[in-house]
Amino acid sequence: MKGWLRQDGRKGIRNTVVVAYLVECAHFVASKIVSGFPEEDVQLIGFPGCYPNEYAARMMDRLCTHPNVGAVLFVSLGCESFDKVRASEAVSASGRPVKTLVIQKAGGTASTVQMGRDWVRDALAQVAEVPRVPMGVDELVIGTVCGGSDGTSGISGNPAAGKAFDLLVGEGAACIFEETGELIGCEEIMAERAVTPELGRALRESVQKAERYYATLGYGSFAAGNAAGGLSTIEEKSLGAYVKSGDSPISGLIKPGDVPPRGGLYLMDVVPDGDVRFGFPNISDNAEIVEMIASGAHLSLFVTGRGSVVGSAISPVIKICANPQTYRNLSEDMDVNAGDVIEGKRSIEEVGREIRDLVVAVAAGAQTKSEALGHREFILTYKSFEPIGPACLPAA
Amino acid sequence: MTDPAQKPGSTMIGPFLLLSAADNVLVARESAAEGTEVPLEHGPVALARAIPLAHKIARHDIAEGERILKYGMPIGIATEGIPAGAHVHVHNIRSAYTPTHMLQDADGVSAAVAQ
Repeated sequence: MKGWLRQDGRKGIRNTVVVAYLVECAHFVASKIVSGFPEEDVQLIGFPGCYPNEYAARMMDRLCTHPNVGAVLFVSLGCESFDKVRASEAVSASGRPVKTLVIQKAGGTASTVQMGRDWVRDALAQVAEVPRVPMGVDELVIGTVCGGSDGTSGISGNPAAGKAFDLLVGEGAACIFEETGELIGCEEIMAERAVTPELGRALRESVQKAERYYATLGYGSFAAGNAAGGLSTIEEKSLGAYVKSGDSPISGLIKPGDVPPRGGLYLMDVVPDGDVRFGFPNISDNAEIVEMIASGAHLSLFVTGRGSVVGSAISPVIKICANPQTYRNLSEDMDVNAGDVIEGKRSIEEVGREIRDLVVAVAAGAQTKSEALGHREFILTYKSFEPIGPACLPAA
Repeated sequence: MTDPAQKPGSTMIGPFLLLSAADNVLVARESAAEGTEVPLEHGPVALARAIPLAHKIARHDIAEGERILKYGMPIGIATEGIPAGAHVHVHNIRSAYTPTHMLQDADGVSAAVAQ
């Protein structure tokens, strides 16, 4: 396994040129720039809002200096509130090629697209020069999410992902699980796994915060399809989701954009702090995947029962299908058939081992199904967080 | 550490799984047709309706207000008496936390239950 060595010492498993729009008004122009490179690794990300948001700015910094990213082109309309000068300085300080195009100054759509494509062509040549060096499993950051869950997720896919996490944590990788709103009902058993009592208290509080937040909204993190798939309550969904964390001790509690300082298992608190201000914490699965990536995830495990086809910009997504019927229906999109566990064909351990091996293969360059199909979903919206407390990352 | 949610230690009962010894529900590991006979502890019961993959039935009679246990953990509260072998779902259990939101089909029956 080899990684692209970045100036901060982190290593990437991909070497992407990112084009980032800084307001929805620049989205089309940015996507036109990207569409000029169908065969190269050039990807679109962006933030749609015109109002400033500290969280979005921090996320954009982390995403644009992610180890899988080699160069960044910002596309601004010109009058939006996003602080493009500060963002560009952050990318530049990380040693990456960076350029900002302002549509209002560049002469309009066609001119900006032309200038953007010219710059990206140069950037591709520059990132091709980034050295590739040996990389170990202990340098990987791996996220896990579940989406389109059903009653099979908690029996096959999530326990198999948990088994893979146990193996990867054992090899020194940093593994992140998330969605505190889908851990409601699990807070006590989860807190017992914390490496310190103070961290255990913080884990419990993060779930209580999620419970309050969702109570205000009047909806749990529970979609109609979850019920059609046999899940009856949020706590039933939670218990199924919780098992994807595996059996390892919990080393820390992070928030989106916090990079795990070392190997181990981390919970990501994705529910905003303070009063409910900007709506639902994560409006769809890709919002969670993006937060994992902002915290350094080189790739993500996505467990589904009902079925999902998404991938992601920046970091590959490995899709694990928990439901054997769904797998047969959507096999062209699925990387792993954990439904074998339900049909008695393979054990949770065997599927967990397959997932671990696939993580290493994808890190070494193998394409996931969603990557090969061209999926590069991305979403970033408004949120607000306080920094994590002192108990959240106990010393090793 | 012992964590029931981690160690299903599941037992097969006909087309159903018992995920933990403490549970009062069984989970379908394949879709089970109406009339399928399931060998429950207190005698065989014929399913009153088809049970889709991953849906639950009562392992034994469950009283109104009783906690529903799956993976050995509470997943909700019975809102009515549920006889052994009956479908256990959004129509007869509720969350102890936030209410479950469902889509209704045109006939007013929950899509989740009618499937």
